[in-house]
Formats: sequence, structure tokens, C-alpha cells
Amino acid sequence: MFKLILKRILKNKIALSGLIFIFFILFMAIFSSYVAPYDPYKINVYNVLEPPSMKHIFGTDELGRDVFSRIIYGAKVSLQVGFIAMGIAIITGTIFGLIAGYYGGLIDTIIMRFVDVMLAFPTLFLILAVVAFLEPNIYIVMIVIGLTGWMDVARLVRAEVLSLKEREFVLAARAIGASSFRIIFKHILPNAIYPVIVAATFSVGGAILIESGLSFLGLGVQPPEPSWGGILSVGKDYITVAWWLSLFPGIAIFLTVLSFNLLGEALRDAIDPKHWAED
Amino acid sequence: MFTYLIKRFILMIPILFGITFVCFIVINLAPGSPAAFQEELSPKASQEAVETLKKLYGLDRPIHERYLNWLKMIFTLDLGKSFVDGRKVEDKIKERLPITVILNLLSLLLILIVAIPIGVYSALRPGSLFDRALTFFVFTGFSVPTFWIALLAMIVFGVNLGWLPISGIQSIGAETMPFHERLVDWIKHLILPVTIMSFAGLAGMSRYTRSSMLEVLKQDYIRTARAKGVPEKFIITKHALRNALLPVVTLLGLAIPGLIGGSVIFESIFSIPGMGQLFYASAMARDYPTIMGILLIGALLTLIGNLIADIAYFIIDPRIRVKGDV
Repeated sequence: MFKLILKRILKNKIALSGLIFIFFILFMAIFSSYVAPYDPYKINVYNVLEPPSMKHIFGTDELGRDVFSRIIYGAKVSLQVGFIAMGIAIITGTIFGLIAGYYGGLIDTIIMRFVDVMLAFPTLFLILAVVAFLEPNIYIVMIVIGLTGWMDVARLVRAEVLSLKEREFVLAARAIGASSFRIIFKHILPNAIYPVIVAATFSVGGAILIESGLSFLGLGVQPPEPSWGGILSVGKDYITVAWWLSLFPGIAIFLTVLSFNLLGEALRDAIDPKHWAED
Repeated sequence: MFTYLIKRFILMIPILFGITFVCFIVINLAPGSPAAFQEELSPKASQEAVETLKKLYGLDRPIHERYLNWLKMIFTLDLGKSFVDGRKVEDKIKERLPITVILNLLSLLLILIVAIPIGVYSALRPGSLFDRALTFFVFTGFSVPTFWIALLAMIVFGVNLGWLPISGIQSIGAETMPFHERLVDWIKHLILPVTIMSFAGLAGMSRYTRSSMLEVLKQDYIRTARAKGVPEKFIITKHALRNALLPVVTLLGLAIPGLIGGSVIFESIFSIPGMGQLFYASAMARDYPTIMGILLIGALLTLIGNLIADIAYFIIDPRIRVKGDV
């Protein structure tokens, strides 16, 4: 199954370019100190708000720092938030979904009503309320984004479990006296994992978008630490004089999120049996 | 219809309680209490002064008692007084709410007017250039930070071309203008925010309309209608579209929390004095009552939106009237 999916992804040119771009950004993030031409924290008052040139290809910001270097360092923040928030959302959602779907009855009702309640809140309001009360920093942002993004996963997993738990292999496992824990994690979860992987891919992109919005509002990653949303926020202050501050970080966010979405879409097609006949 | 509505309302009650509970927990479990915040501002404040402050705001009570008190207040439509200026929270929200609701309704309207024709058109020509352009647009819409599009649009249309104002909802001195000039002024201010707020919704909705329409066009009754010789125009508008729009109505209801949440960012970018801006300011000032009030109102708006979507669904689709299934 895994090999089949990989083969299908590699055959899909659009998905492949998304995957390559993700690796490219990952590389930039990991080796940022080697790739970046300048120190992203280095202030240079003689070089303030320089438009893009050969020396500073994306220009400089209001403190004379090199925007290109800051964007490269910003990749680190965005990917960290994206992956960790995704991890939290997926784990929380999967656990709730498994429990609700497997046990059913009152437990299911309570969990799913809780999902409804969480979905009723405008997500950004909820995130903002929590982040504003705590000292905003990158870890809080990751956790809060994760804890407000698990509901769709829970619904998805629950639906999978509901259809899986009546299948013969689960009934057989129950008949030989396997524990609920074993049935859930050994028999049901592995069969429900592929839709979860698709959701995970999309949620990395979603988390990166939310983080950039929070940093833009000044409630995410705090300056002087470079982040894409943070640079855009400065761009807004200098909107009439320095367009480059508003342009390049946005392109970075867009391409990164787009890559995850394209990959997610390709994964979704790859695991959908409707498309298998083509092979 | 009546029993359906009753059922629908009864289902809302536990959710309503859940919402008040989450609101309260979120705000109260956060360590930065308002008294602590005052302490930060003036570290010299004596323990005694802090205690007085806590008592004033009722923060010396145990948490369940505070929750019950707050619930009681909500049910008498009293959201408490703002910590910042001592004004009633419901008054503060009341003056900000209309502009946010209007902006969101206008964006919803724009999404519907534009997305449905686009979705239908590309469903009728799957694989065409238009269809592929739509797919491209959809992925862009899902992947782009909308506040970035807002910034770029401000630079292009506001700063470079100078066509549109980039902040506020009216020009200075608009009160003295004659009515039609005021209207034009108002519309000019709203074009950028409304268009950009609709951007992500447009992408999602047109894609959804497209797939829903494609699904419906495969149905037997469409083939029957074609076989009967019903003109294609009627097949599309009468037979297919009506059924294809059903799931779209539900999606519209689901889009509301995203739109309202987005108003925090848009109102901050375009300096629009709406609820989102008030929420941002209150969050920064840790104004508990106002934050709780707006969280609550935001969730209520979502519930109302979903309710309207469900009722609309009920009206469009006669089948659920029979099934009585919610």
C-alpha cells in the first residue's frame, strides 16, 4: 500500500514539485545559518529600507536587516509550528475519534457535542483569547493552534472507526478475547491511518497560515526573532515606501502552504480506490 | 416544520451550555488574571490593593461560583462591565457588531453570486481551460494568507493607483456630505475589505459547487430529463442546480466561524471599527468581560448561521421533512 501510494505521488508531476519544494524549504530551515548570506539579527542603520539589489536581493527592513536572510530563518519557525501543531491536532483528534467511534453511546454523544461546541467558535477568536493571556511565544502558538484544529480529524477518525468496527477481522479479534486497547490500536487504527495522513498534510499548511496571521497581529513569534508573518507586519507599517517587505515573505508562505496542499490532494487521490484502476 | 424547528432548538441547548463553559474555562484557566495584570502595570501596588481589586471584580470567589454568576448574568443579557473603561460590555459590542455583520453578509453574498456560476460553468465543461483555471484559483485561495493579499491590494489599488481608500469605512468629514456622495464614499471604502474577505470562501465554494454539480449531473433523473427532451437550460437550472445547491447551503453555514474569526485580521488591516478590532484591543488589554462577551457572541452568530442554513436546507429539500432527521 505504502509503495503504491509513493509510486502514485512520484508519477504526479504537480505533487512531486510540491514535495520537492517542501524538501527545499526544509533544507533552508535546517541549514539556515549556512544558507543565509547575512546575519538576520544584524542591525545596520546606514542601510535602512533598501530596495532589492544585487547585495540584498529582497531588500532590507526598517532596521537595515537583510530580508532574504530573515525569510530563510523564518522558514524554521513556520515549519516548526506547522509540524508540531499538526502533530498535536492529529493525536488529539485521533484519540477522541477512536474513543467516540469505538465505544459509541453516551461517550460518543458527549465527545461529538464537544466537537460541535469547539467548531462553533470562530477559531481565530479562541486562539487570540488564549495567546493574549499567556505570554505569546512560539510554543504557546503551536499548542493553541493544535488544540483548536483537531475537530475535523476527530470526525474523520470516528467515521472510519464506525465502519471498521463491524468488520469481520475486528469481530474475530473480539471473539478471541483481544482487549479493547489492542483492538483499537492494532486492528482499527492501522486501517484508518491513510485518511489521517491526508488530513495531517493539509493541517501543516493550515497551521502555517494561522501562525503567520498571529505573527502578523503581533501575537505569534515575537521580534526580533524572524518570522514570515512578522516581516509582513512591518511591511504594513511601511506600506507606502517599502513594497518588498510586503511581497517576499507572502510568497514564501504561499508557496510553502501550496506545496503541502498539493501534496495532500495528491495523497488523497492516491489512497482513493476510485483512482486505482488507472494503474 | 414546527416539530423540526423545536427539535433543532432543543439540540442547540447543550451546545449553548458547552459554549459558555468553554468561554469561561479558556479565560479563567489562563494564568494572566486581570489583577496580576494590574500588578504588572504598577508593581508597587500593595497586596491589599490587589485584594480590593479582586473583590471588586469578584475574582476572590471560587471558580464554579463565578461561572454560575456569569451564567446568571448572561441569561439576563448582562455581559458585565469592561475592565478598561467601565462601560457595559453589551453596549460596547452593540456599537461594533453591525459593521462586522454587514461586512460578513456582504462577503457571503459576493461569495454566492460569484462562486455558484463559476462552479456550475466549470462543472459543465470538466477538463476545459476554464475548469483548470478554476482548479488553479482554488489552490491559490486555500494556500494564500488572505492578509497578504490585502496588503498587496492596498499597495496596488491604494498606494500606487490611488483608486481606493485603504483604511476606515468613511472619509474624514463624510458626515457633512449629501447622501449619495456618502453612499459612494462608503462603497469605495468597502470594496477592498469585502472582496478580500471573500477570497478564501470563493475558492472553497466554487470548488464545492463544481463537485456537487458534477455529482448531480451523473444522476439518473438528469438522464431521464435529457431523454424526455427537456431543454438543456432547464435541466441545468431546474433539475440539477437545485439539488446541487443543497450541500452548498450547509457549507455556507460552516463558513461563518471562519469569516467572523477573519474579521480580527481584516478589521485590523483596514482599520475598520468592528467587533474584530474591539476583540483585538480587548485581548491586548486582557479585558476579561469584553473578551468573554465577544467570544460568546461570535459563537452565537455561528450557531444562528448554522440554524439558518439548516432551515434553508429544510425548505429546499422536501425529503428531510418526511424523514424528520436532523
